[in-house]
Amino acid sequence: MAGKKISAQFKEGILTNNPVFVQLLGMCSTLAITTTVTNALGMGLSVTAVLICSNILISALRKIIPNQIRIASYIVIISGFVTVVEMLMKAYTPELSKSLGLFIPLIVVNCIILARAEAFASKNAVLPSIIDGVAMGIGYTVALILLAFIRELFGSGTLLGYSVFGDSYQPVSMLVSPAGAFITLGFIIAAVQKILLRKKDRDFRKQHESGDGSDD
Amino acid sequence: MTDILILMFSAVLIENYVFSKFLGICPFLGVSDKPSTALGMGLAVTFVMTISSAVTYGVYYLVLEPLKIEYLETIAFILIIAALVQLIEMFLRKFVPALYSALGIYLPLITTNCAVLGAAMLNIQEGHNFIESVIYGFSSAVGFTLAIVIFAGVRDRMRMSNPPKAFRGIPIALVAAGLIAMAFSGFMGISFS
Repeated sequence: MAGKKISAQFKEGILTNNPVFVQLLGMCSTLAITTTVTNALGMGLSVTAVLICSNILISALRKIIPNQIRIASYIVIISGFVTVVEMLMKAYTPELSKSLGLFIPLIVVNCIILARAEAFASKNAVLPSIIDGVAMGIGYTVALILLAFIRELFGSGTLLGYSVFGDSYQPVSMLVSPAGAFITLGFIIAAVQKILLRKKDRDFRKQHESGDGSDD
Repeated sequence: MTDILILMFSAVLIENYVFSKFLGICPFLGVSDKPSTALGMGLAVTFVMTISSAVTYGVYYLVLEPLKIEYLETIAFILIIAALVQLIEMFLRKFVPALYSALGIYLPLITTNCAVLGAAMLNIQEGHNFIESVIYGFSSAVGFTLAIVIFAGVRDRMRMSNPPKAFRGIPIALVAAGLIAMAFSGFMGISFS
Protein backbone atom coordinates (compact mmCIF):
# COMPACT_ATOMS: atom_id res chain seq x y z
CA MET A 1 0.00 0.00 0.00
CA ALA A 2 2.70 2.40 1.09
CA GLY A 3 4.85 1.33 -1.82
CA LYS A 4 2.06 2.01 -4.24
CA LYS A 5 1.55 5.47 -2.82
CA ILE A 6 5.23 6.30 -3.15
CA SER A 7 5.31 5.16 -6.77
CA ALA A 8 2.20 7.27 -7.41
CA GLN A 9 3.97 10.29 -5.94
CA PHE A 10 6.97 9.69 -8.19
CA LYS A 11 4.81 9.26 -11.27
CA GLU A 12 3.05 12.50 -10.45
CA GLY A 13 6.32 14.37 -9.96
CA ILE A 14 8.00 13.10 -13.09
CA LEU A 15 5.18 12.91 -15.63
CA THR A 16 1.56 13.70 -14.86
CA ASN A 17 2.27 16.68 -12.62
CA ASN A 18 5.79 17.55 -13.76
CA PRO A 19 6.73 20.90 -12.22
CA VAL A 20 8.08 22.32 -15.48
CA PHE A 21 6.06 20.70 -18.26
CA VAL A 22 2.66 20.56 -16.58
CA GLN A 23 2.64 22.99 -13.65
CA LEU A 24 4.79 25.52 -15.56
CA LEU A 25 6.71 26.51 -12.43
CA GLY A 26 10.28 27.75 -12.28
CA MET A 27 10.40 28.86 -15.88
CA CYS A 28 13.15 31.46 -15.49
CA SER A 29 15.90 29.07 -14.51
CA THR A 30 14.55 26.41 -16.85
CA LEU A 31 14.93 28.63 -19.89
CA ALA A 32 18.09 30.41 -18.83
CA ILE A 33 20.53 27.71 -17.82
CA THR A 34 19.65 24.83 -20.14
CA THR A 35 22.32 25.64 -22.70
CA THR A 36 24.43 22.70 -21.53
CA VAL A 37 23.59 19.41 -19.83
CA THR A 38 26.19 20.07 -17.12
CA ASN A 39 24.46 23.29 -16.10
CA ALA A 40 21.07 21.58 -16.15
CA LEU A 41 22.33 18.78 -13.91
CA GLY A 42 23.91 21.24 -11.47
CA MET A 43 20.84 23.41 -11.31
CA GLY A 44 18.50 20.42 -11.01
CA LEU A 45 20.47 18.95 -8.12
CA SER A 46 20.73 22.27 -6.26
CA VAL A 47 16.99 22.85 -6.55
CA THR A 48 16.30 19.27 -5.44
CA ALA A 49 18.56 19.70 -2.41
CA VAL A 50 16.88 22.96 -1.39
CA LEU A 51 13.44 21.48 -2.05
CA ILE A 52 14.04 18.41 0.13
CA CYS A 53 15.58 20.41 3.00
CA SER A 54 12.90 23.08 3.00
CA ASN A 55 10.14 20.46 2.75
CA ILE A 56 11.55 18.66 5.80
CA LEU A 57 11.85 21.79 7.91
CA ILE A 58 8.53 23.27 6.87
CA SER A 59 6.57 20.08 7.46
CA ALA A 60 8.30 19.63 10.84
CA LEU A 61 7.36 23.18 11.82
CA ARG A 62 3.90 23.16 10.26
CA LYS A 63 2.09 23.19 13.62
CA ILE A 64 4.30 25.94 15.06
CA ILE A 65 4.27 28.46 12.21
CA PRO A 66 1.27 30.80 12.61
CA ASN A 67 -1.01 30.81 9.62
CA GLN A 68 -0.86 34.57 8.96
CA ILE A 69 2.90 34.77 8.51
CA ARG A 70 3.45 31.38 6.93
CA ILE A 71 4.57 32.64 3.52
CA ALA A 72 7.15 34.96 5.07
CA SER A 73 8.43 32.12 7.27
CA TYR A 74 8.69 29.80 4.26
CA ILE A 75 10.69 32.40 2.36
CA VAL A 76 13.13 32.81 5.25
CA ILE A 77 13.59 29.04 5.55
CA ILE A 78 14.06 28.63 1.80
CA SER A 79 16.50 31.52 1.48
CA GLY A 80 18.52 30.11 4.37
CA PHE A 81 18.98 26.82 2.53
CA VAL A 82 19.67 28.60 -0.75
CA THR A 83 22.45 30.59 0.90
CA VAL A 84 23.97 27.34 2.19
CA VAL A 85 23.84 25.76 -1.27
CA GLU A 86 25.25 28.91 -2.84
CA MET A 87 28.24 28.99 -0.49
CA LEU A 88 28.89 25.26 -0.91
CA MET A 89 28.86 25.59 -4.69
CA LYS A 90 31.19 28.57 -4.59
CA ALA A 91 33.61 26.55 -2.48
CA TYR A 92 33.51 23.17 -4.22
CA THR A 93 32.30 23.73 -7.79
CA PRO A 94 33.47 27.26 -8.62
CA GLU A 95 33.14 26.81 -12.38
CA LEU A 96 29.57 25.57 -12.22
CA SER A 97 28.74 28.32 -9.77
CA LYS A 98 30.13 30.87 -12.20
CA SER A 99 28.20 29.55 -15.19
CA LEU A 100 24.91 29.38 -13.27
CA GLY A 101 25.64 32.83 -11.86
CA LEU A 102 22.64 34.78 -10.70
CA PHE A 103 20.31 31.82 -10.97
CA ILE A 104 21.58 30.10 -7.82
CA PRO A 105 20.46 32.87 -5.45
CA LEU A 106 17.33 33.16 -7.55
CA ILE A 107 16.32 29.64 -6.44
CA VAL A 108 14.72 31.57 -3.56
CA VAL A 109 12.05 32.90 -5.87
CA ASN A 110 11.75 29.67 -7.83
CA CYS A 111 8.03 29.08 -7.55
CA ILE A 112 8.44 25.26 -7.38
CA ILE A 113 9.83 25.36 -3.87
CA LEU A 114 7.30 27.80 -2.46
CA ALA A 115 4.48 25.99 -4.27
CA ARG A 116 5.45 22.61 -2.80
CA ALA A 117 5.84 24.16 0.65
CA GLU A 118 2.39 25.69 0.47
CA ALA A 119 0.62 22.84 -1.32
CA PHE A 120 2.26 19.82 0.25
CA ALA A 121 4.76 20.24 3.09
CA SER A 122 2.51 22.50 5.13
CA LYS A 123 -0.21 19.86 5.19
CA ASN A 124 1.66 16.57 5.42
CA ALA A 125 3.98 14.72 7.79
CA VAL A 126 7.76 14.77 7.38
CA LEU A 127 8.20 11.46 5.56
CA PRO A 128 5.72 12.04 2.71
CA SER A 129 7.14 15.56 2.39
CA ILE A 130 10.64 14.16 1.86
CA ILE A 131 9.30 11.84 -0.84
CA ASP A 132 7.42 14.71 -2.42
CA GLY A 133 10.61 16.78 -2.43
CA VAL A 134 12.57 13.96 -4.06
CA ALA A 135 9.87 13.26 -6.66
CA MET A 136 9.34 16.88 -7.63
CA GLY A 137 13.09 17.50 -7.62
CA ILE A 138 13.65 14.57 -9.96
CA GLY A 139 10.82 15.78 -12.17
CA TYR A 140 12.42 19.20 -12.37
CA THR A 141 15.88 17.77 -13.04
CA VAL A 142 14.58 15.41 -15.73
CA ALA A 143 12.81 18.32 -17.43
CA LEU A 144 15.94 20.48 -17.35
CA ILE A 145 18.14 17.68 -18.67
CA LEU A 146 15.73 16.87 -21.50
CA LEU A 147 15.64 20.49 -22.60
CA ALA A 148 19.40 20.92 -22.21
CA PHE A 149 20.07 17.65 -24.04
CA ILE A 150 18.22 18.86 -27.14
CA ARG A 151 19.70 22.34 -26.99
CA GLU A 152 23.28 21.25 -26.38
CA LEU A 153 23.28 18.31 -28.78
CA PHE A 154 21.89 20.19 -31.77
CA GLY A 155 22.81 23.72 -30.75
CA SER A 156 26.49 23.19 -30.21
CA GLY A 157 26.99 19.57 -31.30
CA THR A 158 28.37 18.49 -27.92
CA LEU A 159 27.18 16.55 -24.87
CA LEU A 160 28.64 17.24 -21.43
CA GLY A 161 31.33 19.17 -23.27
CA TYR A 162 32.39 16.31 -25.57
CA SER A 163 31.97 16.67 -29.30
CA VAL A 164 29.38 14.23 -30.65
CA PHE A 165 28.94 14.80 -34.36
CA GLY A 166 32.55 15.61 -35.21
CA ASP A 167 33.98 18.74 -36.79
CA SER A 168 31.92 18.69 -39.98
CA TYR A 169 28.69 19.31 -38.04
CA GLN A 170 27.26 22.78 -38.50
CA PRO A 171 25.61 23.59 -35.15
CA VAL A 172 22.10 25.08 -35.12
CA SER A 173 23.18 27.95 -32.90
CA MET A 174 19.64 29.36 -32.86
CA LEU A 175 18.86 26.64 -30.29
CA VAL A 176 21.41 27.98 -27.83
CA SER A 177 20.10 31.55 -28.16
CA PRO A 178 17.19 32.77 -25.97
CA ALA A 179 14.74 32.32 -28.85
CA GLY A 180 15.70 28.65 -29.10
CA ALA A 181 14.97 28.15 -25.41
CA PHE A 182 11.40 29.36 -25.75
CA ILE A 183 10.71 27.41 -28.94
CA THR A 184 12.25 24.13 -27.78
CA LEU A 185 10.35 24.28 -24.49
CA GLY A 186 7.14 25.03 -26.42
CA PHE A 187 7.60 21.93 -28.54
CA ILE A 188 8.41 19.71 -25.56
CA ILE A 189 5.34 20.90 -23.65
CA ALA A 190 3.24 20.28 -26.75
CA ALA A 191 4.57 16.71 -26.88
CA VAL A 192 3.80 16.18 -23.18
CA GLN A 193 0.28 17.57 -23.66
CA LYS A 194 -0.19 15.21 -26.59
CA ILE A 195 0.84 12.22 -24.46
CA LEU A 196 -1.39 13.28 -21.58
CA LEU A 197 -4.33 13.92 -23.92
CA ARG A 198 -3.96 10.51 -25.50
CA LYS A 199 -3.75 8.88 -22.08
CA LYS A 200 -6.88 10.68 -20.94
CA ASP A 201 -8.62 9.57 -24.10
CA ARG A 202 -7.63 5.96 -23.55
CA ASP A 203 -8.67 6.02 -19.89
CA PHE A 204 -12.01 7.49 -20.87
CA ARG A 205 -12.59 4.84 -23.51
CA LYS A 206 -11.54 2.04 -21.16
CA GLN A 207 -13.94 3.30 -18.52
CA HIS A 208 -16.67 3.40 -21.12
CA GLU A 209 -15.98 -0.12 -22.36
CA SER A 210 -15.88 -1.63 -18.86
CA GLY A 211 -19.15 0.17 -18.13
CA ASP A 212 -20.71 -1.45 -21.19
CA GLY A 213 -19.33 -4.82 -20.10
CA SER A 214 -21.06 -4.66 -16.74
CA ASP A 215 -24.34 -3.82 -18.44
CA ASP A 216 -24.20 -7.03 -20.45
CA MET B 1 25.11 61.53 -18.96
CA THR B 2 25.82 59.38 -22.01
CA ASP B 3 26.70 56.54 -19.64
CA ILE B 4 23.27 56.76 -18.08
CA LEU B 5 21.60 56.80 -21.51
CA ILE B 6 23.59 53.79 -22.63
CA LEU B 7 22.68 52.00 -19.40
CA MET B 8 19.00 52.74 -19.97
CA PHE B 9 19.04 51.75 -23.62
CA SER B 10 20.82 48.49 -22.99
CA ALA B 11 18.59 47.60 -20.03
CA VAL B 12 15.40 48.19 -22.01
CA LEU B 13 16.32 46.69 -25.38
CA ILE B 14 19.67 44.97 -25.61
CA GLU B 15 19.56 43.06 -22.35
CA ASN B 16 15.82 42.85 -22.09
CA TYR B 17 14.93 41.05 -18.88
CA VAL B 18 12.46 38.67 -20.44
CA PHE B 19 13.99 37.95 -23.81
CA SER B 20 17.67 37.83 -23.06
CA LYS B 21 18.13 37.48 -19.31
CA PHE B 22 15.11 35.23 -18.63
CA LEU B 23 14.03 37.08 -15.50
CA GLY B 24 10.36 37.44 -14.65
CA ILE B 25 9.11 34.67 -16.93
CA CYS B 26 6.39 33.51 -14.51
CA PRO B 27 4.35 36.74 -14.61
CA PHE B 28 5.30 37.07 -18.27
CA LEU B 29 3.45 33.84 -19.05
CA GLY B 30 0.86 34.14 -16.30
CA VAL B 31 -0.52 37.67 -16.62
CA SER B 32 -0.26 38.26 -20.35
CA ASP B 33 -3.75 37.31 -21.43
CA LYS B 34 -4.91 40.85 -22.11
CA PRO B 35 -2.85 43.94 -22.94
CA SER B 36 -4.60 45.91 -20.18
CA THR B 37 -3.71 43.47 -17.38
CA ALA B 38 -0.22 43.14 -18.81
CA LEU B 39 0.21 46.90 -18.62
CA GLY B 40 -1.04 46.91 -15.02
CA MET B 41 1.45 44.23 -14.05
CA GLY B 42 4.23 46.06 -15.87
CA LEU B 43 3.51 49.33 -14.10
CA ALA B 44 3.36 47.62 -10.71
CA VAL B 45 6.70 45.92 -11.36
CA THR B 46 8.25 49.21 -12.50
CA PHE B 47 7.05 50.92 -9.35
CA VAL B 48 8.37 48.24 -6.98
CA MET B 49 11.61 47.61 -8.85
CA THR B 50 12.65 51.27 -8.88
CA ILE B 51 12.06 51.63 -5.15
CA SER B 52 13.56 48.26 -4.24
CA SER B 53 16.72 48.99 -6.24
CA ALA B 54 17.24 52.11 -4.16
CA VAL B 55 16.48 50.45 -0.82
CA THR B 56 18.55 47.31 -1.40
CA TYR B 57 21.48 49.48 -2.49
CA GLY B 58 21.27 51.40 0.78
CA VAL B 59 20.96 48.28 2.90
CA TYR B 60 23.87 46.54 1.20
CA TYR B 61 26.35 49.39 1.48
CA LEU B 62 25.19 50.83 4.82
CA VAL B 63 24.38 47.66 6.75
CA LEU B 64 25.65 44.44 5.19
CA GLU B 65 29.07 45.65 4.07
CA PRO B 66 30.14 47.48 7.26
CA LEU B 67 29.09 44.45 9.32
CA LYS B 68 30.87 42.08 6.89
CA ILE B 69 27.79 39.91 6.43
CA GLU B 70 27.52 40.18 2.66
CA TYR B 71 26.76 36.47 2.46
CA LEU B 72 23.34 37.22 3.92
CA GLU B 73 22.56 39.20 0.74
CA THR B 74 19.97 36.71 -0.53
CA ILE B 75 18.01 36.49 2.72
CA ALA B 76 18.20 40.23 3.39
CA PHE B 77 17.11 41.23 -0.10
CA ILE B 78 14.15 38.89 -0.33
CA LEU B 79 12.90 40.04 3.07
CA ILE B 80 13.35 43.69 2.12
CA ILE B 81 11.43 43.16 -1.10
CA ALA B 82 8.62 41.28 0.66
CA ALA B 83 8.33 43.97 3.33
CA LEU B 84 8.56 46.73 0.75
CA VAL B 85 5.76 45.26 -1.32
CA GLN B 86 3.56 45.13 1.78
CA LEU B 87 4.43 48.72 2.69
CA ILE B 88 3.78 50.00 -0.81
CA GLU B 89 0.47 48.19 -0.84
CA MET B 90 -0.61 49.74 2.48
CA PHE B 91 0.66 53.19 1.48
CA LEU B 92 -1.17 53.13 -1.82
CA ARG B 93 -4.38 51.87 -0.27
CA LYS B 94 -4.36 54.72 2.26
CA PHE B 95 -3.06 57.64 0.23
CA VAL B 96 -3.44 56.93 -3.49
CA PRO B 97 -6.58 54.80 -3.79
CA ALA B 98 -6.84 55.36 -7.54
CA LEU B 99 -3.41 53.86 -8.16
CA TYR B 100 -4.15 51.11 -5.64
CA SER B 101 -7.28 50.01 -7.44
CA ALA B 102 -5.30 49.85 -10.69
CA LEU B 103 -2.23 47.99 -9.38
CA GLY B 104 -3.53 46.42 -6.16
CA ILE B 105 -4.11 42.88 -7.33
CA TYR B 106 -0.68 42.63 -8.97
CA LEU B 107 1.32 43.84 -5.99
CA PRO B 108 1.33 40.64 -3.86
CA LEU B 109 2.51 38.64 -6.89
CA ILE B 110 5.60 40.76 -7.22
CA THR B 111 7.34 39.38 -4.13
CA THR B 112 8.17 36.19 -5.98
CA ASN B 113 8.99 37.91 -9.25
CA CYS B 114 12.61 37.03 -9.87
CA ALA B 115 13.13 40.21 -11.90
CA VAL B 116 12.95 42.32 -8.73
CA LEU B 117 15.44 40.23 -6.77
CA GLY B 118 17.55 39.82 -9.90
CA ALA B 119 17.83 43.56 -10.45
CA ALA B 120 18.81 44.11 -6.80
CA MET B 121 21.57 41.52 -7.04
CA LEU B 122 22.81 42.60 -10.46
CA ASN B 123 23.19 46.16 -9.14
CA ILE B 124 25.58 44.89 -6.48
CA GLN B 125 27.37 42.51 -8.87
CA GLU B 126 27.95 45.17 -11.52
CA GLY B 127 29.06 47.71 -8.93
CA HIS B 128 26.54 50.35 -9.93
CA ASN B 129 26.47 53.51 -7.82
CA PHE B 130 23.24 54.78 -6.29
CA ILE B 131 21.97 56.75 -9.29
CA GLU B 132 22.92 53.96 -11.68
CA SER B 133 21.15 51.40 -9.49
CA VAL B 134 17.91 53.33 -9.51
CA ILE B 135 18.12 53.99 -13.25
CA TYR B 136 18.99 50.37 -13.91
CA GLY B 137 16.07 49.10 -11.82
CA PHE B 138 13.70 51.50 -13.51
CA SER B 139 14.78 50.84 -17.09
CA SER B 140 14.96 47.06 -16.67
CA ALA B 141 11.38 47.21 -15.44
CA VAL B 142 10.43 49.34 -18.45
CA GLY B 143 11.99 46.64 -20.63
CA PHE B 144 9.91 44.03 -18.79
CA THR B 145 6.75 46.11 -19.31
CA LEU B 146 7.53 46.49 -23.00
CA ALA B 147 8.02 42.75 -23.38
CA ILE B 148 4.88 41.74 -21.50
CA VAL B 149 2.67 44.26 -23.33
CA ILE B 150 3.95 43.21 -26.78
CA PHE B 151 3.46 39.58 -25.83
CA ALA B 152 -0.07 40.21 -24.55
CA GLY B 153 -0.92 41.83 -27.88
CA VAL B 154 0.36 38.79 -29.73
CA ARG B 155 -1.57 36.42 -27.47
CA ASP B 156 -4.71 38.47 -27.98
CA ARG B 157 -4.44 37.82 -31.69
CA MET B 158 -3.56 34.20 -31.16
CA ARG B 159 -6.87 33.50 -29.50
CA MET B 160 -8.49 33.80 -32.92
CA SER B 161 -6.17 31.23 -34.47
CA ASN B 162 -6.64 27.49 -34.42
CA PRO B 163 -3.42 25.63 -33.55
CA PRO B 164 -3.24 21.82 -33.26
CA LYS B 165 -4.80 20.49 -30.06
CA ALA B 166 -1.50 19.66 -28.38
CA PHE B 167 -0.18 23.18 -28.98
CA ARG B 168 -3.14 24.97 -27.46
CA GLY B 169 -2.42 27.27 -24.54
CA ILE B 170 1.12 27.53 -23.26
CA PRO B 171 3.11 25.71 -26.01
CA ILE B 172 2.01 28.04 -28.79
CA ALA B 173 2.53 31.00 -26.48
CA LEU B 174 6.10 29.86 -25.85
CA VAL B 175 6.76 29.50 -29.57
CA ALA B 176 5.40 33.02 -30.10
CA ALA B 177 7.63 34.28 -27.29
CA GLY B 178 10.55 32.60 -29.05
CA LEU B 179 9.78 34.50 -32.25
CA ILE B 180 9.61 37.80 -30.36
CA ALA B 181 12.90 36.93 -28.65
CA MET B 182 14.40 36.41 -32.10
CA ALA B 183 13.29 39.90 -33.07
CA PHE B 184 14.78 41.30 -29.87
CA SER B 185 18.06 39.54 -30.49
CA GLY B 186 18.45 41.89 -33.44
CA PHE B 187 19.25 44.58 -30.88
CA MET B 188 22.16 42.55 -29.59
CA GLY B 189 23.80 42.87 -32.96
CA ILE B 190 24.66 39.20 -32.79
CA SER B 191 24.38 36.91 -35.76
CA PHE B 192 23.10 33.36 -35.61
CA SER B 193 26.33 31.87 -36.85
